[in-house]
Amino acid sequence: MNKPKALLAYPVVKEIQDYLEEKTDLITLDFTKQNTYEEILKVIKDVEGAVFLGTRVDEELLSKGKNLKVISNITVGYNNFDIDAMKEKGVAGTHSPGILDNTVADFVMGLLIATGRRLTELNSFVKIGNWTKIDNSNLFGKDISGSTVGIIGMGRIGEMVAKRCALGFDMKVLYYNRSRKPEAEETLGVKYMDKDELLRTSDYVVLLTPLTADTHHILSDREFSLMKKDSIVINASRGPVIDEKALIRALQEGRIAGAGLDVYEKEPMDLDNPLLKMDNVITSPHISAGTQKTMNDLAWNAAKSMVSFLVDKTPINIIPEMKGDF
Amino acid sequence: MTKPKVFIANPVADYVEEYLRENTEVIMWDFSRPKKFDAMLDIIKEVDGIIQVGMIVDENLLSKAPRLKVVSNISVGYNNFNVEAMKKHKIIGTNTPGVLDETVADTIMGLIINTGRKLCEADRYTKNGNWGKGDMGRFLGKDIHNSTLGIIGMGRIGECVAKRASLGFDMEILYYNRRRNDLAEEKYEAKYLPMDEVLQKSDFVMVMTPLNDETYHLISQREFSLMRKDAFIINASRGPVVDELALIKALESGQIAGAGLDVFEVEPIEKDNPLLKMDNVVTLPHIGSATQKTRDEMAMFAAKALVDILYGRDSNAIIPELK
Repeated sequence: MNKPKALLAYPVVKEIQDYLEEKTDLITLDFTKQNTYEEILKVIKDVEGAVFLGTRVDEELLSKGKNLKVISNITVGYNNFDIDAMKEKGVAGTHSPGILDNTVADFVMGLLIATGRRLTELNSFVKIGNWTKIDNSNLFGKDISGSTVGIIGMGRIGEMVAKRCALGFDMKVLYYNRSRKPEAEETLGVKYMDKDELLRTSDYVVLLTPLTADTHHILSDREFSLMKKDSIVINASRGPVIDEKALIRALQEGRIAGAGLDVYEKEPMDLDNPLLKMDNVITSPHISAGTQKTMNDLAWNAAKSMVSFLVDKTPINIIPEMKGDF
Repeated sequence: MTKPKVFIANPVADYVEEYLRENTEVIMWDFSRPKKFDAMLDIIKEVDGIIQVGMIVDENLLSKAPRLKVVSNISVGYNNFNVEAMKKHKIIGTNTPGVLDETVADTIMGLIINTGRKLCEADRYTKNGNWGKGDMGRFLGKDIHNSTLGIIGMGRIGECVAKRASLGFDMEILYYNRRRNDLAEEKYEAKYLPMDEVLQKSDFVMVMTPLNDETYHLISQREFSLMRKDAFIINASRGPVVDELALIKALESGQIAGAGLDVFEVEPIEKDNPLLKMDNVVTLPHIGSATQKTRDEMAMFAAKALVDILYGRDSNAIIPELK
């Protein structure tokens, strides 16, 4: 039996590549260099499936890839998919939900503590030789334990962050979500609150919503003006859920105390982005899911989703918008 | 009755100062001036009590302080006290156990996540304008949840960290302590092991012992050689508990993966310390308990201990050696 042709567009550990080579007639790119969209277009022609990380799937790619049946994203997010175009051409999209939740929740807690207690700023302060006296009263941070966190978007990751905050740090946890979460309310003692009230009450505001038309710029000038002056905003979901210009204004005018950010409206960030100059802002380069174990688990999931679709004719991990289409 | 005289040698919150003024006659250092020991001595020789941070209380100071009865530290550590000299002069020393536990545990959890997930390094990288496409691989870190935390020294702060790690992050807790800790075993499923095994099995090793003759350089070359290559050492207790030269060697030779440090053998750290050049080492300026709320609470605790002792009342803040 002929093996289906497939493309691996992102380097993965050897075991996964071996698996793909066994199950498919695999094309890989030259991973010693950065591969552009154009280079992927050149090899998409014959393949039936592809494992992607962030590569745009649009009309152009779909019209060149006439044999395409499935695109498997290594990530959970899939805003690289033009869903309507894919549906029209009958190309399935898969993603990797669930796998990275705990890893992201760990990172969110890291951002929260590091911003509140100024850890990145103080690490640099020591590293560049500015620590010259024992008196550290100008290096004070904000308590984590016992403070109030407001989570906007209480999905799986939100619940994992809530667990860390409530059970680990005795924080009071408020949340805002489209639907109530009675189980989390019961087991973790989290409290549902109207969004504006949550913003007014929280010491730390954590954004964990997916990016949709409803959540685009869910925090903007009006919302920042509601927040406490000593409060901190944490975003490790998707950049555009925050109006970045409004955030910069709020920080410059001291309307909030700081921000812990892993995502931005434009990634990589523009070098003249004012956030890069702010000591009270942590700017990590979209690495919330970045552990070796999680990356391997995600890549395995994408590889298996593609093979399952092409070889076993069993669709798994299809994105919600396409559920039932295949 | 004349009120006892006390010297406030470090800035404290207004409400703490007010409390002391109500109960004592206060002399406060002019904090706009640099601290000069000779000028301080002029005050010290007149007072019954001192509330301060890190002042060296030794024979030299005590021999010039005829009225002195009590020195209150606004800190848990008290290696600024020369206990023998204080015993000889019948001077009581107090510290502030308990007040800062939660805040220090927060810092430690921050150090664990920051070293494991390379947060400081990643922030620097972006701020320096180095972020290019497809850089995620550069900062692949270690998962915190489900990993193993080894706690050497399971006192109150150790318990607070165990709680965060176990209930919050589902970490497995191993510990070594002079005595078994039933609370940690029951509530956080902490497993007691000999120290060498804790070192061998943990992803993160944190030391949280007081500094004394037994714990000086507790973690040295031999101990680092037992640790896993992908393990991190976390120290927010006292610098000399870790043999810093041995730590630097272990990091340079890749014997361990990194370190999260809030304390050092010399503080402030010397400018040529090789740790300052290492991206896999987080270096904090001894800020374990440094939040306004906690510092204010510690100062109030120290002030109350000072007043209690000056009025002849008992205090639970007296350091064990002078009880």
